[in-house]
Order: sequence, then structure tokens, then C-alpha cells
Amino acid sequence: MSTTLPFAQTETRSNYLNVDYGWKSWLFTTDHKRIALLYLFSITAFFFVGGAFAVGMRLNLLTPEGLFAHDTYNKLFTMHGIIMVFFFLVPSIPATLGNFLVPIMIGARDLAFPRINLLSWYLYIIGGVIALTAVVQGGVDTGWTFYAPFSSTYSNTHVILTAIGVFVSGFSSILTGLNFIVTIHTMRAPGMTWGRLPLFVWGHYATSLIQVLGTPVIAITLVLLGLERILHAGIFDPAVGGDPVLFQHLFWFYSHPAVYIMILPGMAVISEIIACFSRKSIFGYTFVAISSIAIAVLGFLVWGHHLFVAGQSMYASMVFSFLSFLVAIPSAIKVFNWTATMYKGSVSYETPMLYAFGFIGLFTIGGLTGLFLATMAIDVHVTDTYFVIAHFHYVMVGGMVMAYLGGIHFWFPKISGRMYPEGWAKFAALIVFVGFNLTFFPQFILGYQGMPRRYAHYPPEFQVLNVMSTAGASILAVGYLIPMIYLAWAWRNGPKAPQNPWNAKGLEWEQSPTPPPTFNFDHQPVVTEPAYNYSGEEQEVELGRQ
Amino acid sequence: MGVFSIFPARASTAAGEVDALYAFLLVVGVGMTALIFFFVFLFAVKYRRKSPDEAAPKAIHGSLPLEITWSVAPFLVMLVMFAWGTKLYFQNYTPPLHDTFDIYVTGKQWMWKVQYPTGQREINEMHVPTGRPIKLILASEDVIHSFYIPAFRLKHDVVPGSYQTYWFEAKEPGRYHIFCAEYCGTNHSDMGGWVTVMTPNDFENWLAGGTGGSMRDQGEKLFQQYGCVTCHVTDREGRCPSLLNVFGHPVVLDDGRTVLADEAYVRESILNPNAKVVKGYKHDIMPVFQGQIGEDGLLQLIAYIKSLSPPMPRSGKAAAPAPAKGSK
Repeated sequence: MSTTLPFAQTETRSNYLNVDYGWKSWLFTTDHKRIALLYLFSITAFFFVGGAFAVGMRLNLLTPEGLFAHDTYNKLFTMHGIIMVFFFLVPSIPATLGNFLVPIMIGARDLAFPRINLLSWYLYIIGGVIALTAVVQGGVDTGWTFYAPFSSTYSNTHVILTAIGVFVSGFSSILTGLNFIVTIHTMRAPGMTWGRLPLFVWGHYATSLIQVLGTPVIAITLVLLGLERILHAGIFDPAVGGDPVLFQHLFWFYSHPAVYIMILPGMAVISEIIACFSRKSIFGYTFVAISSIAIAVLGFLVWGHHLFVAGQSMYASMVFSFLSFLVAIPSAIKVFNWTATMYKGSVSYETPMLYAFGFIGLFTIGGLTGLFLATMAIDVHVTDTYFVIAHFHYVMVGGMVMAYLGGIHFWFPKISGRMYPEGWAKFAALIVFVGFNLTFFPQFILGYQGMPRRYAHYPPEFQVLNVMSTAGASILAVGYLIPMIYLAWAWRNGPKAPQNPWNAKGLEWEQSPTPPPTFNFDHQPVVTEPAYNYSGEEQEVELGRQ
Repeated sequence: MGVFSIFPARASTAAGEVDALYAFLLVVGVGMTALIFFFVFLFAVKYRRKSPDEAAPKAIHGSLPLEITWSVAPFLVMLVMFAWGTKLYFQNYTPPLHDTFDIYVTGKQWMWKVQYPTGQREINEMHVPTGRPIKLILASEDVIHSFYIPAFRLKHDVVPGSYQTYWFEAKEPGRYHIFCAEYCGTNHSDMGGWVTVMTPNDFENWLAGGTGGSMRDQGEKLFQQYGCVTCHVTDREGRCPSLLNVFGHPVVLDDGRTVLADEAYVRESILNPNAKVVKGYKHDIMPVFQGQIGEDGLLQLIAYIKSLSPPMPRSGKAAAPAPAKGSK
């Protein structure tokens, strides 16, 4: 992937893909679109590595006795979690679609700091290579949550190396967030007021706030973990005077907001898709925009709901429970507004819209089961069981990955200049939906029946549901492979895309050529209407703002 | 127990209450999901694009009354979930102050050691009677574990360096899973066992079976062995507080605070005596026992110290859990 991208047809106009083909033009590029593609290929690679670990886990769980040794299984789920969370989900939409689209959507030539943008990709790759080195050397078995004192004192695996990998890639995340914040504040085109920003940009703004404010805390936590492990500093290990619950507070202070890093960009994509394929302005634009910020802010105040059974004060638990219910409100507002957007719309069912339907359904289930976990007496029973696994996979995979695939299909013509095969794409979307539900729905039942997570062996009465789950995972895997194949095929062979194949609103479709030139626009765009003005009724000119 | 039954066996008084709350959330959750699916489906079909060049529909920008409605209404329902869940949580995690039967559980990689005040010890097995509040005192010798009994709908992490407790009242005789629910290393998934719920009669018979001396007796031996007895019972020079009638009573500290002398307090005072010194006594008199006594020994010492306080006066509703302040 380091050399040329196949784009051999004779092109009359220059765009960001055909401007240069040498490997240097990719590895030393400062073009946000090319960096987005570098990210796209790298996170796809990590997605399939993380997915391979999941395949191993599901195979192991086919039978109560398991297929692998305990240690092997423990490493499989640990590395699945670490790779998927830190090297796929956190960067996924922001670093690829966000990187590509945020500058174009606000009418800018690039991000505010193009070289820092490239640096963030290198940090991501260095972090990823370090983490993969730990995998190759024998892996790590702490769970992605690194709980002390197991991780600090008892585990004999490559904890430090893995932590360094996560630590380094964290800076990539911080730099991306910083870049987006500065860009959105300072580089909007004339007329692109905050009230006209596409919701995609609002979602990324909220995400960036969390990345900048939250990620340093996980970095500090990992450093403390390293100090504890190497120097026995006595921070987390009670045997030398530390407090193991302190680790959990620090860890979740980042890692709970981090789930919003993972889902807010997904919500951002869904807003764009639903507006486009309903040909309607988003119902309650302001509420959808502000709800992203509300999620980002409230998301910092709910970490303690991971500690209801960990021995934190019951009164602290009570406050965290209440705030966890509160953070559900802005998420619900989004779902209601998306649904209402379709009211009296002109709805069509292209692939991105199918993924958006899937997102709404699965995210709704994921969100509502979150209420079960916020309800403390129920959490006591189902925390650390498969109920939690099912819940966060409904949000992270059912929500985020659905949105990611929807977004990839929606902007594929923009990015590649080609159309993907619609029939195959719809087929794959259906397979993903069916496979996903068959994989994860049985896990809700397993969880309430009491099957704990991270079990290499399990009592035989849980087998039927586990077999269903493994069968679903096989279908899901096929569902993920099909788009890989036809998108790669379409990149070279798909029919040429018109500039605006969906008749969508937004600067990236209306004013930027497809694929965009290096600096995105032929002329400085000027914005004269609100976002999603599909009805075309509000053409008031307002040029007062630079 | 059918494989597809949603609810596992209900073997404690809490199980039915948690299931009732769960059923309430299920009804709300399924109802909300159905509502959203219905409207998505309805709008997607009813307003589908009939021809590719259909004119764009009129914009609808939103509706403040609707936004308020669909923010406030779910919030009110969530308040019910919050209040109900919080009340039950405080109830299940607040053991009754009196008349509990205490069982001491120590987790270590990868087994559960269970000790009874009467001296019985078991590995990965726990026997409890029906109809009597059982209080678990949970300790860990190494990493964090979690003592989970799905049939009781209860678990609590077992955190090294501290005691955690919860309580239950078993209802249905039978054998039920114990799981370790917090990942603890290689054989985490084998760190399980069984709790056997017995009728009170059977349990009395079981307790009458062989024992190597009660926990209290073993604790008394340790109490003498470590020299505690020289100060804490017979001392006349006022160097240390007497331990008679201390357990279960409030203690005034030298910084003016008042704490309850419970298991966690006694444990801390043994391991790190300077942490909470009783009013009127000096620091640095008692040796620090951190790292000197194992978790088993600590539990035996505590059982002995408990025995130095005669039974509490019983009131009529002694077994009822203390109502948690602010839990509503």
C-alpha cells in the first residue's frame, strides 16, 4: 500500500490522487486527504488483525471445554480489545472520514496544521507497531482494561510494551483532536457560521474536545502503571501501600469518555446520511448539534458507573448512576430527531441509508441496555457478564462500525472518484446486520443467566447460546469481507462517479470536484445557506462574516 | 432450567426483587425499541421516494414542544429506574447490623477459601441456610476477584487490601454456581464453585460436623501468639484501648472523628495501627503488622475480637437492613 494507488485512467483534471504517484508523495504528504487514506489502509489492517483474534475467541467458545489453553484465550481477548479499541475504534471515523471531510465541509484548503496531521499518522503507526511487536513476542493477558494489581504485579506478559504502544498512539489521537478544533475555529469559509456547520463537523468538534482533554489522563495512568510494574512505586498495589481501585478511577476517567470518542463520529455520519437520503433538512438541527457537546461534557462525569461493584462509596455510585441516566438523554434526542427527519421526506434506500437504518436500530438497543447497566441493582448482577459485552458491542459494532461502513459507502465516490456496485453493497449490508444480531443478541441472554466475561471455559448449560453466537460471528466475518473485495475492485473498475452522485447538499459535494484537487476547491467557496437546505427555500444571502 | 429461559434460578430474596426491576426495564426497553422501529419503518415506507426525480419535500426545521416532550418524558421514566435501582442497591449492599451469620471468603489465584465462625473451612464450596441473613466478608490475597452468585443476583469485587461485604438471604435449597467475575489471570474461568443452600435443620447438622476448633478459638491463639493480649486485654498502664465491648460500637478517634468498629476498621488497625488512633492514645506504640499476618489469620483474629463484645441488645426489627439515607 506504500506505493501507487491504481488510478490509471486518463484524467484530464488534476486531483489529489493523480497529482503524483511516487511512494514519497504518499509517505511525506501533508494533504489531509492522502493522510486520510493512509489512515484508512492502516486501520483496516488493524481491524482485520483484531477481527482475527475475535475469530479465535469464538472458535474457543464453541465448546464448554474450549479449544485453546487458558493463557492463549486470555491473550486473544486482551489483544482483541486493545487492537479494536485503541487502534481501530478510536481513530476510525475521525482519522479517515473526518480527516478527509472536515476541511472540505467547512470550505478550507487543508487542516490548520498539515504537518502535525502527518505526524499523528506516524505516531499511530509507531504505537501500532509497538503493540504488534508485543503481540508477536507472545502477547499480553491483562484484558484491555489493564486492571491493577494484576497488570502491575502478577501478569508475566508484555504489559509494558503494550502500554507503550497505547501511550504513543494516544498522542496521535490528541494531535488529531487539536488539529480539528483549531481548524473548525479558524478556517471556516465566508458564510460558514457555527449555525450552518454540517452536523458531521459538530460531531467531530465534540469528539476532538474529548480527545484533547481525556487522552492525557490515560497516558498518565499508563505511565503510573509502568512505574508500579518496574519500580514497585506503591501506587496501585496494596501489598506496597497502593490502591487498586484508584487505577480503575483513572482508567475509566479516560476510557468512559473514550466510548464517546468512538460513537460521536458515528452519529455525525448518520446525520449526514439521513438528511441526504430523506432529502430533508435535519429535524431539530440545533438539538442534534448541542446534544453532541452535551454528550462530550456529561461523558466526563460518569466514569464511576464502571465501579458499582468495585468498592467505591455507595453514595458516589448513586451520583454516577444518576449522571449516567442523564447522558442517555442527548443520545435519545438524536435518535428521535433522525427518525423525525424522515417524516414527510423523500426516502430512498441506497446502501448508506441501509446502514443508517441499521445504526438506528442497533444503537437504540445498545443505548437502552445501557440503562439496565446504569440501574445499580441490575448492574450488580450483570456487570462483568456477557450482558455488558453485548451492550457495548451493540453500541461499538452495531453503532460505530455500521456508521463507519455507511460513511465509507456514502463518500466512496468522493474519495475514489468511482461508484461501488450497489447490489453487492446492499447484500453485504444485509449480511452484516443479520450476522451481527445473531452474534450479539444471544449474549444478552447469556449475561442475565450469569455467564461471566473473559471465560476460557464455561458450564455446559451456556453452550447453545454460545454456538449461536459463534455461528453469527462467521456470518458477520463474511459480511465484512465482501465490502473489502468489491470496494477494492471498484477503486479501479467502478464506473466513474459524477461530482454529486447522491444529489447531496454540502460543500464537499456541491463545490468541490470529485475527486477533489489537492487544495479541495477551484475557487474560494462562499456559504449562503444553512446546512441540509434540500428544499432550497432559504437562499438568503448573508455575507457579513469572514 | 431451560436454555432459553430469560431468568436463571431465583434462590435468594434479592433475586425476585432484581428480576422485578429487570422486568420493568425490559418492558420499557422493548416498548421504546418497538416505538422507534415502528416510526422508522412507517416513515421509510410511507415517504419512500416514488420516482428518482421527485421534487425535494418541504423542510421541517423542528419543533420545540416535541424536543421538550421527548427529553422530559424519558427522563421521568429514568428517574423511576434510578430510584428503584438505587434503593435495591443500598438494600443489597447494606448488611443488617444484627443477627447476621457471617461467612469469611478469601479469594486467591485461583480458588475461594470459605471459613465459618464455627471453624469449618471449605475450598470452592459454601453452605448456607435458608431464611437467615448471611453476611459475606470478602478478602483477597493477591489480585482483584469478584464473588458472584447468579442465582442470588449478587456479586461484589474482592479487592486486595480491603474488606468488601454484601449480604443475602437464601430462599430455595439447591446447588448454585459461584463464579469469579473479575478477570484474575490464567485460570480465571476455573475459579468457581458451588453454594449449597440447605434448610436450617440440615445446616445445623452440617455445622455440627467436624471442625478443627472455631474461628474464634483459632483467633484467640493468634491473639496470644502475636502478643496482643498483653496490652489489649490485661494492660493496666493505659497504653492501648481495651478491646472488650469495642466491636460493633462507635469509636472516637484522636482527630475527633467517630468510626464504627467493623471488620474493615479492625483489619486496618491491625495492619496499620497509626491510621486511626483512638482518642487518648499515642501513635507508634503498637507494632505494624502489615505483611506479618495472612488474610486467614486476620479473619480469625477478627472473629475473636468480635467475641469480646457480648451480643447486641436485640430490637424487634433487628434483621431489617438499615434504610440508606438519601437512597430515594
